[in-house]
Amino acid sequence: MKAAEAIVECLINENVDTVFGYPGGHILEVYEALRKSKIRHVLVRQEQAAAHSASGYARVSGKVGVCITTSGPGATNLITGIATAYMDSIPIVAITGQVNSTKIGRDMFQEADITGATESFTKHSYLVKNENDLPRIIKEAFYIASTGRPGPVLIDIPSDIQAAEIEKLVIPETVSIRGYKPTIKGHVGQIKRAVKAISESKRPLIIAGGGVLLSHAEDELLNFVEKTGIPLVHTLMGKGALPGNNRHYIGMIGNHGFSEANRAVAMADLLIIIGTRVADRAWGGISDQTNEDVRIIHIDVDPAEIGKNVDTHIPLVGDARTILTQMIERVDKVDTDEWINELKSLKKEIKSNREKTGSVNPKYVIETISKKLDDDAVVVADVGQNQFWAARHFEDKPGRRFLTSGGLGTMGYGLPAAVGAKIAAPDRQVLTVVGDGGFQMSLHELGTISHNDLNIIILLFNNSRLGMVRELQDRFYGKNNAVYLDKNPDFIKLCDAYGIKGVRIRTDSELEDAFEMATRHNGPFLLECVVDPNESTIL
Amino acid sequence: MSRHVLSVLVENQSGVLSRVSGLFSRRGYNIDSLSVGETEDPKVSRMTIVVRGDDYILEQIKKQLNKLIDVIKIVELDPQQSVFRELAMIKVNTTMETRASIIEIVSIFRANIVDVSNETLTVEMTGDESKIEAFISLMNNYGIVEVVRTGLTAIERGSRHIKIQTRNEEE
Repeated sequence: MKAAEAIVECLINENVDTVFGYPGGHILEVYEALRKSKIRHVLVRQEQAAAHSASGYARVSGKVGVCITTSGPGATNLITGIATAYMDSIPIVAITGQVNSTKIGRDMFQEADITGATESFTKHSYLVKNENDLPRIIKEAFYIASTGRPGPVLIDIPSDIQAAEIEKLVIPETVSIRGYKPTIKGHVGQIKRAVKAISESKRPLIIAGGGVLLSHAEDELLNFVEKTGIPLVHTLMGKGALPGNNRHYIGMIGNHGFSEANRAVAMADLLIIIGTRVADRAWGGISDQTNEDVRIIHIDVDPAEIGKNVDTHIPLVGDARTILTQMIERVDKVDTDEWINELKSLKKEIKSNREKTGSVNPKYVIETISKKLDDDAVVVADVGQNQFWAARHFEDKPGRRFLTSGGLGTMGYGLPAAVGAKIAAPDRQVLTVVGDGGFQMSLHELGTISHNDLNIIILLFNNSRLGMVRELQDRFYGKNNAVYLDKNPDFIKLCDAYGIKGVRIRTDSELEDAFEMATRHNGPFLLECVVDPNESTIL
Repeated sequence: MSRHVLSVLVENQSGVLSRVSGLFSRRGYNIDSLSVGETEDPKVSRMTIVVRGDDYILEQIKKQLNKLIDVIKIVELDPQQSVFRELAMIKVNTTMETRASIIEIVSIFRANIVDVSNETLTVEMTGDESKIEAFISLMNNYGIVEVVRTGLTAIERGSRHIKIQTRNEEE
């Protein structure tokens, strides 16, 4: 059989039923094999969206997302999407075409050194030199992408290799990579030390991150919290790790988190960090405030993260779900009632009740919609003020999912990731929150949404600004903003051109009806909210 | 900032060198020297990397290197328990008068003369860093035309060796 057909067979063997992509000259053989197969190919409108869609798909389905593009510009357009997935540790496999293997290095038409270009953003990459290596390479790629700390893997396949004949397709049963042996179980000695530290603590606190969700450890985390009584804060990527109405839930930490959550970290005497690298945005304002005597337990599947940003006393390398299970067996209740009461008393009432005419209160919008959305809805946030209005005001319910680009902060993530999410879970409500800046970065995906008739609600906060940038400029450079998006197009008309219904609201009172329309409508829907340019992220 | 020598076993695949050096430059770690070659197993290469950094940097270097799929094992070599060697080839200016004394110094260092011409003499020597530095500084008096050095390579003393585990070490 042709190598391209073998590639498709291997994908099917990896349980792939959907791919996101954009064809071109040097990937045609694979596309021909795809056409003849049962795999669903979703055509995006720009390759970067293929990577974001694969990412959204992976995060909602729990499978490895797959994106396929051609060589040259097709591959280079993927770079931002791959970097976005890398920073948030999302399992995707990117397959790119490449020029004829005998002609590599001669600057052929649409040639690009994509393996070199993505070296810093991939867990691993392959330039296939022999068609008989393909089954092993594909099996390894999926294994690497989905195990340990998940991440993107790129496979670059020259066109002549795609067309070559393979005698017999033999897919290896197992994968054996000497240099890659991720640790799953926690070291028992360290677990005992951790359990002892917990029993001795007076003000313990859990910081949960994206790793809890990647490990599918929500149940184990809940059991752990209920058994020990330890309160919990989370990072942006950890939103959803614990339901928001649980009595141990304190809030989101970070630059745009809640002050009571940041205070909790500063006051704790034991920090149990699970599945987060506590990068600068989460830890930034806190690090100089932490209690000098604080002891830190850091649980992470990636040993390189332990000790990188935060000095750790008890490192615990392994899979979050497995380690939490190991700990639950050994751990006991800690007397935390006073500690939790103290933390809850710090909670500031956020008064978001100014009556404004001519503009909508985005926090009110999110809070209202949060109550109306299904319990298993998926919310995809873009980047900027809209991201934090969404992160701060959407309630986390068990079964709900919140996706955003946390590590790289890529504007334009919202729309294509929502595409991937909806395709992964067609029966779940999918809503994406975007600003007018981020929306314009990827609005070409309205084409994909319309083409596939994806029932996605697009909540667009339009303030004719790059809101987050505006806030930073105000703070550091005075009220002389450099960037205005005053000549925005009429987004309703734009969506109409794509055959997508839309409604614009200017006051809070219009929200209920508009949202009702959006949820009732059987198809994609744009709900545009006109927001005051001076609306702040937090207060 | 102290100097550390890492012996890194890697898969003998194209691109490995680029990945390792890319990792160092990307994260701002300093490489003093890097030498690489095949081992007793042709599928495995060994890189000897001399890095400079404090304990935090060294730990991060080892951990980040370990994350690379092609890196199989990393061992830090203790100078007291290892043999460190470097190869250098030094082309020195010679005249009728100076040639004899240069040859004397070469024989004291037990080095080899591998090329002679009217104006120059090329010396090949292997040894540890201090021996090579000493020779070079003596040759400076005569005028050095060119120096080519390989950078450090090293091996542990005694019967200890760097093994590749075939099973997960944690089990």
